[in-house]
Amino acid sequence: MKFIINEYPSVAEQTRRGILHRVPLRVAVAAVGILILGFLALGAYFIRPVDARSVDLQRVLNAPSFGHPFGTDEVGRDLGIRLLHGLRVSFAISILAAIVAILIGGLAGLVAGTLGHWVDSLFMRIVDFVSSQNHLLLGILLVVLFRPIMGGAAAIVLSVGMTHWTTMARIVRGELLSLRERPFISAAINGGANRLRLGWRHYLPHLLPSMGLGLVLLVPHAIFHESALSFLGLGLPPHQASLGNILADGRRSLLAGAWWTSFFPGGLIFIVVLGIGTVGEYLRDLLSPRWRSELEL
Amino acid sequence: MIKLILCRIFTLPLILFGVAAFTFTLVALSPFDPIRAYVGAETGVSKATKAEIAREWGLDQPPLQQFFTWLGHIVKGDLGNSRLVAGRPVLEVIGSRLGPSVALVGCAFIAVLIGGLILGTFAVMFRDSWFDWCVRSIGYVMTAAPSFWVALLLLQVFAVQLRWLPAGGTNDLRAPTSGTLDLRYWILPVLTLAVTQQSWFTLFVRNSLLEISREDYVQFSRAHGMDELAVLFRHALPNALLPFATLIGSHLGELMAGSILVETIFDWPGLGNLAQRAGLSADLPLLLGITLLGSFFVIAGNLLADLLYRVLDPRIREPLE
Repeated sequence: MKFIINEYPSVAEQTRRGILHRVPLRVAVAAVGILILGFLALGAYFIRPVDARSVDLQRVLNAPSFGHPFGTDEVGRDLGIRLLHGLRVSFAISILAAIVAILIGGLAGLVAGTLGHWVDSLFMRIVDFVSSQNHLLLGILLVVLFRPIMGGAAAIVLSVGMTHWTTMARIVRGELLSLRERPFISAAINGGANRLRLGWRHYLPHLLPSMGLGLVLLVPHAIFHESALSFLGLGLPPHQASLGNILADGRRSLLAGAWWTSFFPGGLIFIVVLGIGTVGEYLRDLLSPRWRSELEL
Repeated sequence: MIKLILCRIFTLPLILFGVAAFTFTLVALSPFDPIRAYVGAETGVSKATKAEIAREWGLDQPPLQQFFTWLGHIVKGDLGNSRLVAGRPVLEVIGSRLGPSVALVGCAFIAVLIGGLILGTFAVMFRDSWFDWCVRSIGYVMTAAPSFWVALLLLQVFAVQLRWLPAGGTNDLRAPTSGTLDLRYWILPVLTLAVTQQSWFTLFVRNSLLEISREDYVQFSRAHGMDELAVLFRHALPNALLPFATLIGSHLGELMAGSILVETIFDWPGLGNLAQRAGLSADLPLLLGITLLGSFFVIAGNLLADLLYRVLDPRIREPLE
């Protein structure tokens, strides 16, 4: 006897039938582009490291040419190679920062959702406060506080992590509250599971997909935040070239008429943020349509 | 209604107290050493001098007392002394920078509103045409464009190549008497802020209008034979803009974040530029003051939006009174 007739295949079924046939072109282009850029960024480390030898004062601020398709910077380094190195640093820092943000947010949501009562309201007030703050301003404050001790890179990771965790905390808490009403949770409690086991065995596996998705969606924000801080001179030290640093260098040459030193670094930030954002939003709509309104990061 | 307003206004200082407590705890817990940041790498500074600086700044007191001293400064309204940038009261430094910032953000906000209304409405009127497609695609793409890059591109084109507009500052240094309000200096900063924030509002107007145009009362007006334009402007647009009232606060916050970068690039004498310099020289009292002011704006903006919403939408006014 069948009461419910499934006219449409479930999401899981659709996924099994071959996700690749229905991926929109722009998402496919974005994914392939990001993968290529990622491989190039990793490869640049092995092909040609940027060091004192790459400084060439004979070729200061050369316009893009056949030998240097992206031109050279103010001390004669090839901008293309330098950009790939910067991309690697930016990728590493933003992915790390996104992981930190997800961990802080996940933990806060977990604690608030499982303990409830006054802990819940306290945590939610903190979430309200942090999310109402100006992210960049709070980020600057955090970098100032932690940079002298931790160094630029770690301070940026912390700064991004501590300003971007709130959405994740809200989502994890919300999911927990709805999970709590499900029968298998009361079954586990009646079966004698303590809080630790409940959290680890029963809650966490249900939260992992949203946390993974949150990670992908946070990376573009982290890249923007990192490059903005570095651009303001409040990020990485100049010898660790990130995209923001290279753009800040390029800004100095702008009034001298060198357009390529600021056009290409900023363009790369733009492309990377757009590409990862496109893939992330596609994944979000695919996995959980109801997130559409919730996760306007 | 009045009771509600009073209630909300009375909670404002409480929230600000919470913000102050939170940021102060953050500073107190962090391993940051303000004296070392001030003295720098100089090793010739003796312990006695350092102790004197600590006493001068009140850092030899226990943290709780420091917090209450700072609170006292906040209540008194001077927010304490700026350490590095000027050595003057923080509020004085901030006050001299507030005007240009508010003017810049205000102009950009108005530009965003006008542009978004026009583009969004036209996109809905010519739905699924090439124009709609352009608005959607450009809007989608522009959400990823970093404001500091857009600023540099505009600088490159209009200041370096074409030499039509000045590259930064607020007035001509060669002719300082030419007047303080030279509008040519405003175009690039306002344009940058507006262009980078535009797409968000345009897409909001478009989506909101599309949603409203499926409502029963819109269909009903159409069925009555009302002119399509009249339906749009009398019924659809006001209702589509209603949700925006709640978003004003957060949107102004976004604009202020953008203004930090834009002001730094164009050397605009505003708060964002000040925040960057305070960050570079690790001037904590100034940075905390700006943070406090920023959250005040966001809270006040949200309060205003809340009240505005009540005035605009009679549906939520009744049950709460």
